[in-house]
Amino acid sequence: MRARGLSNLRAVMAPVASGMCVMAAAAAVLVPTLGHSSGHGEPVRHGASAPAAPHGASRPGAVPATARCTAGNAAESLRPSSADGPAVSRIKEKGQLVVGVDQNTYRWGYRDPATGKLAGFDIDLVWAIARDILGPHPDVVFKAVPTAERVPALQRRSVDLVVRTMTINCARKAQVAFSTAYFQAGQQVLAPKASHIKAFDDSLRGQRVCTAAGSTGESELRRQRHGATVLTMPNQLDCLVRLQLGEADAVVTDNALAAAQTAQDPTVELKGSPFTDEPYGVAMNKGDTDLVRRVNKVLDDYRDGGSGDSPWMRAYRTWLKADLPGIPGPPSPEYSD
Amino acid sequence: MATSTVSPPVPRRRTAWAEGLDEVRAAATTEPGRLRVIGAVLALLVVVFGAVTAWQVTNRAAAADDVVTHSQPLTSDAASIYRSLADADTTAAVGFLAGGEESRATRERYATDIATASALLVKASANGRGADRAGTQMARLNSLLPRYTGLVETARANNRQGLPLGGAYLRYANNQMRTELLPAARALYDAESDRLTADYDKAKAWPWYALAAGAVAIGALGWAQRRHYLRTNRVFSPGLLAATAASVAVLLWLVAGHMTARAGLTASYEHGARSLRVLNEARIDALQARGDENLTLVARGAVLTAARQDFYETGFRSGMADLAGPGEHGAASAHSRLGAALALADDEAGRRPVRAALTRVRQWQVRHAQARAADDKGDYEGALAKVIGPEGSTGASFDRVAAGLQQALEHEQAQFRSSADAGRGALAGLPVGAGVLAALGAAGAVLGIGRRLAEYR
Repeated sequence: MRARGLSNLRAVMAPVASGMCVMAAAAAVLVPTLGHSSGHGEPVRHGASAPAAPHGASRPGAVPATARCTAGNAAESLRPSSADGPAVSRIKEKGQLVVGVDQNTYRWGYRDPATGKLAGFDIDLVWAIARDILGPHPDVVFKAVPTAERVPALQRRSVDLVVRTMTINCARKAQVAFSTAYFQAGQQVLAPKASHIKAFDDSLRGQRVCTAAGSTGESELRRQRHGATVLTMPNQLDCLVRLQLGEADAVVTDNALAAAQTAQDPTVELKGSPFTDEPYGVAMNKGDTDLVRRVNKVLDDYRDGGSGDSPWMRAYRTWLKADLPGIPGPPSPEYSD
Repeated sequence: MATSTVSPPVPRRRTAWAEGLDEVRAAATTEPGRLRVIGAVLALLVVVFGAVTAWQVTNRAAAADDVVTHSQPLTSDAASIYRSLADADTTAAVGFLAGGEESRATRERYATDIATASALLVKASANGRGADRAGTQMARLNSLLPRYTGLVETARANNRQGLPLGGAYLRYANNQMRTELLPAARALYDAESDRLTADYDKAKAWPWYALAAGAVAIGALGWAQRRHYLRTNRVFSPGLLAATAASVAVLLWLVAGHMTARAGLTASYEHGARSLRVLNEARIDALQARGDENLTLVARGAVLTAARQDFYETGFRSGMADLAGPGEHGAASAHSRLGAALALADDEAGRRPVRAALTRVRQWQVRHAQARAADDKGDYEGALAKVIGPEGSTGASFDRVAAGLQQALEHEQAQFRSSADAGRGALAGLPVGAGVLAALGAAGAVLGIGRRLAEYR
C-alpha cells in the first residue's frame, strides 16, 4: 500500500529530522520534563494501534533552527505541553474559543438539520480542545470557513484554530502551524458499486471524473488523468450530486470526504486504496506555539495511546466506522523537537 | 397602334380593350369625351384615397390592438414567468433553511410559483405567433422546469434525512435556475418586449400612402373645378364641391385621428410600458438579491468567487446595487432601477409605492448587515432568524419591497391601459367613415361632371 510506504518513509525520516531540527530555547523551558527515548526505529504505520512513542528529544540550549520541510517530515509538530503561553492566556481571557470549521462535510463537520447544531468528528475534537482550555462548559464560536479561507483566517487571527479536514503539507506549514496528525487520509476513487472502475488506474479511461476545484484530487488528476475526462466543481459534495445525476462516472477526493459521501448514498463505494498520504491536523497561527503544544497535549489524551476506549476511538465509532471501517486506531504523533 | 400594324388585311373582330381604347382616344378629342374621362379619373382617385385610408388605418388599429391585447399582456406575462421562477427559487431556499420546520405557507408559495410559471407558459405558447424567438425560449423553459423541480425535491428529501447532500442539490438547482431557466425567461421577456416595440412602431407609423392619395385626390378635384370655372365661368359645381369636402373631411379626420392615437400610444409607452419595464427589472433584482441572501446561508461558504469572496454574498451586493445604487443609505441613485422608476413615474400615486419600496430596501440592507455580522460571529441560528424569521427579518423587508413594487406595477399597468385605450379609440370608426365619405365623394364627382355633360345633349 502506497500510503503505508509514505508513512514508513516519514517514520524513518523523523529521527533524522529531529536531530536536525532544534527547538527554541523558550520551548525547552515550557517542556522541561521531556526525557530522551530510545524508540527511534519503531515504524509508524497508518492506523497503528501501537502507543505513541516519542521520537527524538529536545536539546535544551540548542540554537533555534528550522528543518527543511519535506513530505516525509511535514506531519511533525511540537511536543505537547499544558503550560499556558500568550495564545492560551489570550483565549482564556476572552473566555471564548473561535474555531474555523466546515459545515458541509457529513460526519466531519456538518449542521444536523434535526438539531440545527454542528456535529461530526472534527466538531468532537473541537469540544475536547475547548474543554481542556476553558473548562467543562466552554464557549465555542464555530465559524464556517471555506477551504480557501482557512489560511487567511488564521493569519488574520479571526479564528484561533481551524479544525476542518485540513491536510498537513509543507506549503501550508510555511504559512500556519499544525498540530500532530489526528487522522490519516488519502486520495481515493469513489464510484457506483456497479461501476467497473476499480481504482485510480486505467479503468478510468474514457470516464468522466469529478473533483473539487483547487483540491489535491485536481492536481493528482492533472498529473495523471488515466484517460479520463475531468470535471471540476466548487465543492466535493457537488461531485456526488453529478454522480447521482449521471453527469459524472467517478469522484476523486480524499477517503475521509469520500466516506462522508458513501454515508449519504449507499449505492456508491470507495474503490481501490488511497493513492496519496494526507494527514489531517489542527491548524493554528504560526506565532501561537504554546497553543500548538496545548492542542498536541489534548490530542495525546484524545488518542490515549490508541486504546480501544480512547475518545478518538469513540468518535471514530460514532462518526466514521460505518463508512471507513478497519481503522485500528489514530495515527501516531510525530515530533520535530 | 401596335395591334393594327400586324393585323391581316381582312380585319378580325378586335378585342374589347382595343375598342375601348379607341373610344377613349376618340372621346379625348371632344369636350364631352374629355369630361367623361375626367369624371372617371376623379371618382377613381377619391375611391382610391378612401380605400387606402381604410386599409392603412385598419393596419394601425390592428397594431394598436396588438399592443394592448397581445404584445403588452404577453410581455407582462413573460415578466411574471420570470418573477414566478425567481420567487420559486428563493422560496425553495427559505424552505430548505427552515428544514424540518418548513412552514405550510412556504411550501404553498413554492407550489404556487411553479404552477403560475407553468400556466403562463401554456398561455404564452397558445398566444404565440408561431415558431419564433419567443417560441424557442418557451420550449426551453418547458423542458427545464421539470428538471429544476426534480432537483429541488431531491434537495428536500436529502435535507429531511439530515444529509448535507441536500444543500449541494439545492445549490445545483439554484445554479440551473441562474444559468438556464432565468436566462431563458429573460430572453422570452426580451423577445416579447421587442415585439411590443415593433407593434408600437407599426401603430404609430404615419399613413403616408393615404396622405399622398388624399393630396392627389384633392389636388385633382381642385384642378377640375378650376378648369370648369375657366371654361364656363361658373364658380361652383355642387357635385365637385361635395366631393372635395368629403375628401378634405377624410384627410382631416385621418390626420387628427392618427395624431390623437399616436399621442395616446406614446403616452402609454412613456408613462406605462417604460415604467413597467423598469419596475419589472427592479422586482427581478430584488428577487435575485433575496435568493442570493438565502443561498449564502445554504452554501455556508462552500462556493467562492475568483476573488475568494462568498459567491452568494457578492451576488446579493450586486443585486442591491442594481436595485438602489451603490450606497446603503438615503435616496436611490439615478442609474439604479428604483431611481429610474421614480424618475419615470409621472404622478404621486406612481411615486409613493416606489418610495415605500426604497425605504424597505434600506431597512433590508441594515438587517442583512446584522444577519451577516451574526453569521460571521458564528451565530448561525441568529443569522437564520434574521433572514427567514417571521418578524424583523430581511425576509419581512423583502416581502414589503416586493409588495411596494407590485403596487407600483399595478398603477403603471392601469396608466398604460387607459392611455393606450384612448389612443386606440381615436382610430375607431375611421376606416368605415373613410369608406363612406369616399363613396359619397366619388358620387359627388361623378354627379358634378354628369351635370356638365348633360349640357351637351
